[in-house]
Amino acid sequence: MTAAATGDGRVEAGGATRYAGTRIGRVEDPRLLTGRGTYVDDIRLPGMLHAVFVRSPVARGRILGIDASAALALPGVRHVFTAADLNPDVREQWHTSVGPKSPETPRPPLADTDVRFVGDPVALVLADDRYLAEDAAELVEVDYEQLPAVVDYTRAAQAQELVHEAHGSNVVGQLAGRPAATLADVFAGAAHVVTDTIHQQAHTAVPMEGRGMVVDYSASTGELTIHAATQAPHEIRLFCSRLLGLPEHRIRVLMRDTGGGFGQKVMVQRDEMALMLVARRAGAPVKWVEDRRENLLAAGMSRHEHADVSMAFDPDGLILAASIDFVSDCGAYPTPWPVGTSAAVGMLFPGPYRVPAASFTATTVYTNTAGRVAYRGPWQFETLAREVLLDNAAREMGMDPAELRRRNLLRTDELPFANPNGMTYDRITPLETFEQALEMLDYDAFRAEQARAREAGRYLGVGMSTYVEPSTPGYGSYATEAATIRIEPSGKVNVYIAGGSTGNSIETTVVQLTADVLGVAIEDVATIQGDTAVTGFGAGTAGSRSGSMTAGAVRDTATILRERMIAIAAHKLEAAPEDIELVRSRASVRGVPGASVTVAELAATAYFDPYSLPPGVPAGLEASARYTAETRSVWVNAAHVCTCEVDPVTGGVTLLRYIVSEDCGPMINPSVVEGQIAGGTVQGIGGALLEHLAYDEDGNPTATTFVDYLLPTATDVPVIEYGHIETMSGGPGGYKGVGEGGAIGAPPAVVNAVADALAPFGARITRLPLTPESLAALVPPEALR
Amino acid sequence: MSDVQVELTVNGQARTATVQPRLTLADFLREECRLTGTHLGCEHGVCGACTVLVDGEAVRSCLVFAVQAAGSEVTTVEGLGGPDGELSPVQAALRDCHGLQCGFCTPGFVVSITAFLRDNPRPTDQETREALSGTLCRCTGYQGILRAVQQAAGAETAR
Repeated sequence: MTAAATGDGRVEAGGATRYAGTRIGRVEDPRLLTGRGTYVDDIRLPGMLHAVFVRSPVARGRILGIDASAALALPGVRHVFTAADLNPDVREQWHTSVGPKSPETPRPPLADTDVRFVGDPVALVLADDRYLAEDAAELVEVDYEQLPAVVDYTRAAQAQELVHEAHGSNVVGQLAGRPAATLADVFAGAAHVVTDTIHQQAHTAVPMEGRGMVVDYSASTGELTIHAATQAPHEIRLFCSRLLGLPEHRIRVLMRDTGGGFGQKVMVQRDEMALMLVARRAGAPVKWVEDRRENLLAAGMSRHEHADVSMAFDPDGLILAASIDFVSDCGAYPTPWPVGTSAAVGMLFPGPYRVPAASFTATTVYTNTAGRVAYRGPWQFETLAREVLLDNAAREMGMDPAELRRRNLLRTDELPFANPNGMTYDRITPLETFEQALEMLDYDAFRAEQARAREAGRYLGVGMSTYVEPSTPGYGSYATEAATIRIEPSGKVNVYIAGGSTGNSIETTVVQLTADVLGVAIEDVATIQGDTAVTGFGAGTAGSRSGSMTAGAVRDTATILRERMIAIAAHKLEAAPEDIELVRSRASVRGVPGASVTVAELAATAYFDPYSLPPGVPAGLEASARYTAETRSVWVNAAHVCTCEVDPVTGGVTLLRYIVSEDCGPMINPSVVEGQIAGGTVQGIGGALLEHLAYDEDGNPTATTFVDYLLPTATDVPVIEYGHIETMSGGPGGYKGVGEGGAIGAPPAVVNAVADALAPFGARITRLPLTPESLAALVPPEALR
Repeated sequence: MSDVQVELTVNGQARTATVQPRLTLADFLREECRLTGTHLGCEHGVCGACTVLVDGEAVRSCLVFAVQAAGSEVTTVEGLGGPDGELSPVQAALRDCHGLQCGFCTPGFVVSITAFLRDNPRPTDQETREALSGTLCRCTGYQGILRAVQQAAGAETAR
């Protein structure tokens, strides 16, 4: 079938219009480009008070006393709340996806007796404006008994001091797969064994908008309205109803625009609980908007971890076994329970390779630092560790790293394939994406260029990585997604879906998909999202699920209305239903020119002339349906290849080319797909080269501004080139999740490129970030003479 | 310190207000003028989200007090498009090139790029990257933004 692009970006294929697959412009953009978005800080309610937290300046200590009298004496200061005021109001606190029985860390909304990290919320000041509230927060006197802090997570398990005394240990939990001892013979008998300890530094989501919440309680009606910066408005409502003991239908959560989340805004944290708790006590609406310092102090930490990793190979470089002993720093208040995610690192460590045997342990520990939170691809360490190890193995074996991967990557004729930890991959293309990325680079040409450059005293490198990840979780609260579609009496369409714009283009996606299923013009479709009062429960943007789950919800709901429109049209046009086609908001009889009726006419009939409807067709054109995922996860894979030049004197890294070949199934909107890949990739580049949420040895954060926490800028990033392989998933439309992968694939590709560039100096890189200082230190001074 | 009366022009409209001397221009625009398109991403002058034009110069409104802008002409992102919602060439190019995702940093880029292309209508890639390096985006990896600058530059040149 031939397809031709039309002026508005849609594709005409065999007479039917299809918006999915085209680079249609985003419906979110006009408001965001003109300053008319609505972020939480843009909400302004009559009489609204402004909240500022008093936060602990010590990493570990006991609160001996709090004196708020000076703060309260300041004109315009309305309240100073402490744990004694708010914490007793807590009824239950658990996240829906985790459940009530998980062995969660106790999370007092405000610190009660102990503070456990610098930034720990101790008191909440409410005042008439933000400036006054900040003044008052500085006047709240808190008397701390400072205690020795647990800062080095690698020694936390043995430390005398306990982050949570009631827990009895600094080890949050441990999970393990097959015991390593059972693989001892495989390793002992292998032709080659490679072993490393690989460290990743703390860094995190850092959305450009911090967290924030406006709470507005009406005592007369018992209704609570919450405006939030969130990836999951329905989860905020459910969580809040449990926290306060308020019926769920008395709470309405609204979000129009959220300024990025990347995992940080999926779960409710302690600061947000405190806001929910003051709602009924403040006597006025209350706004809290996190500033950048708070975001870097208290919104959470990710990625701080290391592992001892080993692989055994046969004489041809085929992998015989893989083993990982993983330890992750979870800070003082991980959200949620971090043990499950840590086990995912172990279970996914074999990656998209033919690994016959594997073992893992995963240990999570508490420290007196910011709590661990989800960040785009929360288990990505498995890919970092595996891919860096593979490059080290290739160098040790004297084999080309591309060839080593080529020999071990899974082929499509081997699928489905159960990895040794019981993860069954299917509908993926590890080898195809890898070969495509190498071809886009022209790998052999680069190796020749690299050789010439080395002769000229310049150090170029190429790095590669591949991964397979489970997207679209199909269990628990993530397993379903609902849509309500109303074709209004005028024929215009509204789609109600949990969604909410956080940068994921979900409004555009929904409009594209709905227009296709209904056969209406895309400009006739609008979507209403991020309002729990009018949308059905949805678990929000997490786990690379929005596109693929939404596609199911839209398909199942729109199909009901499509069939109803066809029935009405067939009746009106005196034709058989199977002869009716719906194209650009018009129903026509196939092969009969002039026999047609508009969707507006169908809608008018459905709403205003119900007695002329065909038998069995209900009045109106409204439907709701809830899609249930058919599989536990949708596998998605990609290969990253990047090249760089390293200055061996300064340690400076310049990225030259960056290629991503991914298989996320058919693309609903290639611009959105590539935007997600690029964003994740650049976050991964930042993690490899720049970003460090550092603490000193006493637990004081040393990166609390953008002067110290370095985000990638336009001068740091290469042009990203995309290759696409499209394998249908088993889900609706064959779509797969693509939100997180870039952040998974990029760090090892960059590390491997840098290590390849510095290979002539015998450099072996096992510790991130790759700062200029750390790289210059890998080059022996005598080697440069 | 006692409040101060300031008079300035914002997006072509005269504004008079009595403000605290410590009120930043960003908060003045957001709270007094209710122009919430100017966003605060760091409040210490690094992220660039709060960039506005003061007498034509791109400045970080989180680092300027409202009283310092007295007598000036201030243009925010709301003042760059047409009154009927028509996008400016820079705004249209960002839309065409998928130069925004969550949109939080976008007003800063719209204003910065507008000033940059006015001063340097045909920038090289390196000049563009340098010019954009003072504005942070966490969603796009800058890919679409860089393309948008080239497109907008072409559009301006074509006029």
